[in-house]
Amino acid sequence: MSTTVMTGVGRAAPGGELGVAGQLSAAVNAEWTKIRTVRGPRWNLLAGLVATVALGALLSYFMGRNYSPPAGAPFEPVRTAFGGLVLGQLAMVVLGVMLIGGEYTSGMIRLSLAAVPNRGVFYLAKATVLGAVTLAVGLVTAFTAFFVGQALLDGHGVSLGDPGVLRAVLVGALYPTLISLFALGVATMLRRQTLALGILIPFFFLVSTILQAIPGVTRATQFLPDQAGQRALQIHHQTKDAFGPLTGLLITVLWVAASLLGGWLVLRRRDA
Amino acid sequence: MIEMCELTKRYGDKPAVDSLSCTVRPGRVTGFLGPNGAGKSTTMRLILGLDRPDGGRVLVDGKPYDRLPAPLTRIGALLEASAAQGGRSARDHLLWLARSNRIPDRRVDEVLREVGLQDVARKRSAGFSLGMGQRLGIAAALLGDPSVVMFDEPVNGLDPEGILWIRTLMKGLAAEGRTVFVSSHLMSEMALTADHLVVIGRGRLLADVPMEEFIDRNARSFVRIRTPRPESLLDALAVEGLTAVSAPDGTWEVEGADPARIAALAAERGVVLDELSPQRASLEEAFMQMTADEVEYRGAPRAQPRETTPETATTATTATEATR
Repeated sequence: MSTTVMTGVGRAAPGGELGVAGQLSAAVNAEWTKIRTVRGPRWNLLAGLVATVALGALLSYFMGRNYSPPAGAPFEPVRTAFGGLVLGQLAMVVLGVMLIGGEYTSGMIRLSLAAVPNRGVFYLAKATVLGAVTLAVGLVTAFTAFFVGQALLDGHGVSLGDPGVLRAVLVGALYPTLISLFALGVATMLRRQTLALGILIPFFFLVSTILQAIPGVTRATQFLPDQAGQRALQIHHQTKDAFGPLTGLLITVLWVAASLLGGWLVLRRRDA
Repeated sequence: MIEMCELTKRYGDKPAVDSLSCTVRPGRVTGFLGPNGAGKSTTMRLILGLDRPDGGRVLVDGKPYDRLPAPLTRIGALLEASAAQGGRSARDHLLWLARSNRIPDRRVDEVLREVGLQDVARKRSAGFSLGMGQRLGIAAALLGDPSVVMFDEPVNGLDPEGILWIRTLMKGLAAEGRTVFVSSHLMSEMALTADHLVVIGRGRLLADVPMEEFIDRNARSFVRIRTPRPESLLDALAVEGLTAVSAPDGTWEVEGADPARIAALAAERGVVLDELSPQRASLEEAFMQMTADEVEYRGAPRAQPRETTPETATTATTATEATR
């Protein structure tokens, strides 16, 4: 058992001449290997897809059967089909939190940072893999939710070629990615999985929705990361809207950037 | 080679590592000793760039850790609190590590065989025993075929066979010319493995010496005598300039004496000796002696008979033998 298979000291290391680009591609490869060798992320992504499509289908079905758009406002068929995002985004929050929080919980973060001591490279690799995976699944989710939803809207639906529709669907595909990256940043800042989930899940599931219903602050809640992003799922301008779809998307992107930046500032300085 | 120069790390006002300077050289096993809380694990985290020093620096093979382009191929480490994620198989765990440093995938199977985990390679590590987890950590350290290996408490949770295995492994790695730096609180184990010692207390360097020298310098060696007629022998010893000190258990202890000379004196006076045994303090005692003032956490003292480990099993030199 103690047969030594090591090949000798001072042998030219295989990764000996890695520049930063080489380090990044190696780190992305490592993160990709990590994410697909545990079950959690797979189930998260599947749960997100199913929740988004199923709840959207349900809402579309009932809306189609009892068509009654709110008085004085144009009907939003795309946003209706994406109604399931309220639930589906929670799976993205969990995925983003677990991806880094799980490493802190197990202590594996030390191994990760010993393997990739350039913390910028490590963080970028993690965000890249998370972004790519959620975007790929997000595209499938979005188009499925859209077509299923429009079919069930029973004549009140729209087609991809109608004005603003493709844009709205693409936002629907991008939205889960943005939420998961936002969660990644928050979890990196807090470095505690349970704490991050304890803050983010109620925020996305309850707080944002409750605040929205309080008369005085409705306008302000439109600037929250989820509300602003979902604004871009609309194809019409509603009278209550404070900004247009692209501005909404931009606001969410800024939230994500701030969160990732916060995570970076913590990761860069703190002891692992 | 690991070079530490004035390495300092504070947590709040409390220095965990305090101006630590020493060089861990290749070709031998260097034991890293210190009481709990002395700063051993912190030092190891500083070496790996996981913690940032507040002062000084540490170089691995002449470079700061974060300047090593593929660090796992230079230094492999087993840290106490860096576990694998339980949901991943042992093989997949090593696979992501290998890929992060462009180490060929075949090394994964090689190190799994080397640590004896080949049969459970595809099992999730959540089901691993403490010892198997430790072997997986050692496999990770060896993955990049590094010239420096660093183990924090490697025998934790290993069974006797595993302990023997890791002892052989570390000696083998050193014999191949690698730098082996290992911390342990098991003195008996360290005494068998290490060639050289670095001892710290409260973050400061207490000793950086070869093992033999450390024990000689810090251990108290004496001869234990048990006799029904001490007075006569004590006189004889006094004449020789030797002082016998009475021990609580009724024996007498003589420092700096040759047992053969004492036996001869006893024979001259016709004193019967029930016991005559040379006592050499163990590494453990030498360590306790040195770090007596440096212990961070100390249990309340309890009245206990003094205990010294004899060089061999207590050799009760019988009277007949001694007086012959």
